[in-house]
Amino acid sequence: MTAHQLNAIEVSALDKWYGSFHVLKTIDLRVAAGERIVVCGPSGSGKSTLIRCINRLEEHQRGSICVNGIMLGDSVKNLDAIRREVGMVFQHFNLFPHLTVKENCALPQILSRGRRRREAEDMARHFLEKVRIPEQADKYPGQLSGGQQQRVAIARALCMTPKIMLFDEPTSALDPEMVKEVLDTMVTLAEEGMTMIVVTHEMGFARRVADRVVFMEDGQVKEVNTPAAFFDAPAQESTKRFLANIMH
Amino acid sequence: MTVIDTAPTVAHIAPSAPPRPPRKPILQLFFGDLVASILTISTGFLLILMIPALNWAVLDAVWATNDPSTCRDGGACWAFIAAKFRFIIFGVYPPDEQWRPLLVMALILAMILASLSPKLWGQRLIVAWVVSVAMMLILMWGGVLGMTPVPTSSWGGLPVTLLLALLSLGLGFPFAVFLALGRRSSLPIPRMLSLMTIEMVRGLPLVGLLFVASILLPLLLPAGWSIDKLGRTLAALTVFAAAYLAEVVRGGLQGVAAGQIEAAKALGIPGWKAVWHLVLPQALQKVIPPLTNTAIVMVKNTSLVLIVGVFDMLSAARVAATDPVWPAPFVESYVFVALIYFLICFGISNYSRWLETRVQSRSYR
Repeated sequence: MTAHQLNAIEVSALDKWYGSFHVLKTIDLRVAAGERIVVCGPSGSGKSTLIRCINRLEEHQRGSICVNGIMLGDSVKNLDAIRREVGMVFQHFNLFPHLTVKENCALPQILSRGRRRREAEDMARHFLEKVRIPEQADKYPGQLSGGQQQRVAIARALCMTPKIMLFDEPTSALDPEMVKEVLDTMVTLAEEGMTMIVVTHEMGFARRVADRVVFMEDGQVKEVNTPAAFFDAPAQESTKRFLANIMH
Repeated sequence: MTVIDTAPTVAHIAPSAPPRPPRKPILQLFFGDLVASILTISTGFLLILMIPALNWAVLDAVWATNDPSTCRDGGACWAFIAAKFRFIIFGVYPPDEQWRPLLVMALILAMILASLSPKLWGQRLIVAWVVSVAMMLILMWGGVLGMTPVPTSSWGGLPVTLLLALLSLGLGFPFAVFLALGRRSSLPIPRMLSLMTIEMVRGLPLVGLLFVASILLPLLLPAGWSIDKLGRTLAALTVFAAAYLAEVVRGGLQGVAAGQIEAAKALGIPGWKAVWHLVLPQALQKVIPPLTNTAIVMVKNTSLVLIVGVFDMLSAARVAATDPVWPAPFVESYVFVALIYFLICFGISNYSRWLETRVQSRSYR
């Protein structure tokens, strides 16, 4: 097996512009299978854009992205294959408000994987139990708390049996008392060996779960380090400044 | 030793209800301040002004008679409506065959009742509608199963009004969705085509469109080609409905958060499936009031087909009133037709209000 195949995600020399604004500057990132990466940095540093490039919610202009050996290019087939490998959880949950919790988890499987309804609903039930809200299955998203909605969103992504999970600030839109229930779900997922890239400001989560912490600023990766080294002995001046700002 | 009863009485447990605001005395309600007094007096004045109309419609009215000459006394001639009821409802459709349009109306009513609950909305209901509309048209046309053929020129009255309203909205709606999606498309050609169609149709008055369809279109078609006049009228109404519905649907599409499409993409749901199952249902739920508005306007717009000679309910009522035997009871005819239109439109608006509360009860954000 070559090193190439071991990497779940390979981002090489990635550049992206919004109009004339250079949002990602020559990003290189390799994520091994089963690895947990936390990406942090000040707002506007391009961290969300980076993970949104991985499943093509944003298009990059230069460089390459390879997911489980599949090249993200102009081929629609490859894009579909990559989106099958990659699940995503959004800051604002993006649940479908007109569908019940169970339908939110079941319908995407039917539409995207062509699964039968029975199978899709079994799967939905299984993962709703896993995120510990099976009793809310028949409610609508608008009737749940933010923390519950985000856990449904995690269950919905897991129903597609992805090999990699991307989290785009999953707790930033939550009231403080609900952050923990979502983070706990994510910790469980990490302990089961899921490959994860998490954009977050939750430094406690980073310290506890991450294999590596990626610090971004101005569209560049400034520092990649183990959590211990990152928090206790940051190599870069900018990292120190950032940590000082968020740790108060 | 004394026994103390510690069990709380009901009065202690019961949560205190919020105090009701004291009811205002009636006199204060009507004459409490200057504005209330003015409104009360002017309303009373209006009611007094309406007494002659009430006299005409109720007290002096002739309710039933077989002798048209008794209707010349100045009261409303409701007996005329009773005598011409079948003509106004069915127009010049052959009287012996009028059970067919009656059955068509029953079918329409049954299908509408069956479609009320959103729980039943789905592909099966669409198929049921297609089948039943085909049955309606077969019933109207005849020529099969031993039914005598009736050309569309003999169709008339309420079934024509209902069919035109139903079909123009029903056929216009899918076009509207395509136009709305096209107008929001990132591809320039669909966008321009949709925009041009919508703006062109909306820029024309419906009367103009009906004239184009009924007079210009036959001239433009090659010799030997002909499309039924009722069909041409329906086409004009459909195009008109589509353009207006398209803008309503577009408004709904704009209200669907971008995150919804992103979530669908991230889940790998193909674009058109995401539009059909995820985006459109949300978009339509957001625009129930303007959709209702357009539906009501279209029901009433069908009455304009009278100017191109299609015999809808309003035309039938007009023709009925010109019967020389009766003393020109135009007002009665129009009031009767207005009542039917009102019942239809009131039904639609009540239904939409119910639908809206149902949707809101899911407490959407």
